[in-house]
Amino acid sequence: MTYLDIGISILLMFVGILIITSKDIIRSIIYFSALSMLAALAYVLMQAPDVALTEIVIGSGLITFLFLFTYKKMKKVGENK
Amino acid sequence: MKKILALILLLSLAFFAYQYINQDLIAPYGQAKIDQSVSSSYVTQSVKENPGFIEYGKSENLELGAANAVTNIVLGYRALDTLGEVTVLFISAIGVSIIINTNAGLFKRSRSGFILRVGAKMTLPIILVVAVFVITHGHLTPGGGFQGGAMIAAGMLLMALSDPDFLPSIKNFKILEGISGTAIVLVGLIGFATTGYFLSNFMNTGQIGHIFSAGTLPILYVFIGLKVGSELTNIITDIVGKEATLD
Repeated sequence: MTYLDIGISILLMFVGILIITSKDIIRSIIYFSALSMLAALAYVLMQAPDVALTEIVIGSGLITFLFLFTYKKMKKVGENK
Repeated sequence: MKKILALILLLSLAFFAYQYINQDLIAPYGQAKIDQSVSSSYVTQSVKENPGFIEYGKSENLELGAANAVTNIVLGYRALDTLGEVTVLFISAIGVSIIINTNAGLFKRSRSGFILRVGAKMTLPIILVVAVFVITHGHLTPGGGFQGGAMIAAGMLLMALSDPDFLPSIKNFKILEGISGTAIVLVGLIGFATTGYFLSNFMNTGQIGHIFSAGTLPILYVFIGLKVGSELTNIITDIVGKEATLD
């Protein structure tokens, strides 16, 4: 384990806590995207580029899209009262 | 309260991870004896017979012949698992299209800004070229059908965000999905007819590292990429909506 690995692991934990504790849901979603990018970096450092490609495309692209659109839908239902 | 709970959860997870690492169950990085494990025969392509030392660009007629060991395992030795994954994705796409069964989609769409429209049109060809590269070089470099297909879907998502009328104007993705899904099973059935095993590699594997090598693995990856890309695009079309209703 190099110091870069340890630093990325600590950053991953920090962003993970930010996802749970942030008040705004849209901030949680953006933090989740950042977590996916950091995890992809960790995968590349551990020499698993196949998993890193999947993590970048799915975790950071499509999952963020799905969560953002679901959040938009939830907000519209709440505004109709 | 939430922060304390998160800290407690994280500390307990770290404690268990530390305990697990300290048990000497995992060898340190670079010191694991991989050549003594069962999976080493998958990496060295010596399940049937030992081919000896494999040299990139020179070794010929190996068992599967893909330079990427992950592709060897995912599409060669464990191809049925990949077929199952594609089936799971297909079932989830069917579920989304059944639940969201309206033409208007879930959301009211609005006209996007100038920068997003022009930027999406500029970056879409680059995304598609990278996706085609990742799909067609899946047996040589990292990546493959799933990753490239998801990249195609990401490009289509970008166009759907910039121009709401773009995705509803394309109707051939469902046909492409059906054709490529059938083609995967057909390649498997041809292997079953010629060698006796479903999805087996029945073609000449050629030189390792060459683009036309590894037999059926690139063909399967091209079909898987087309199927995954069109399937995810169909999901996006279902969510965004089919009718061009703007407000």
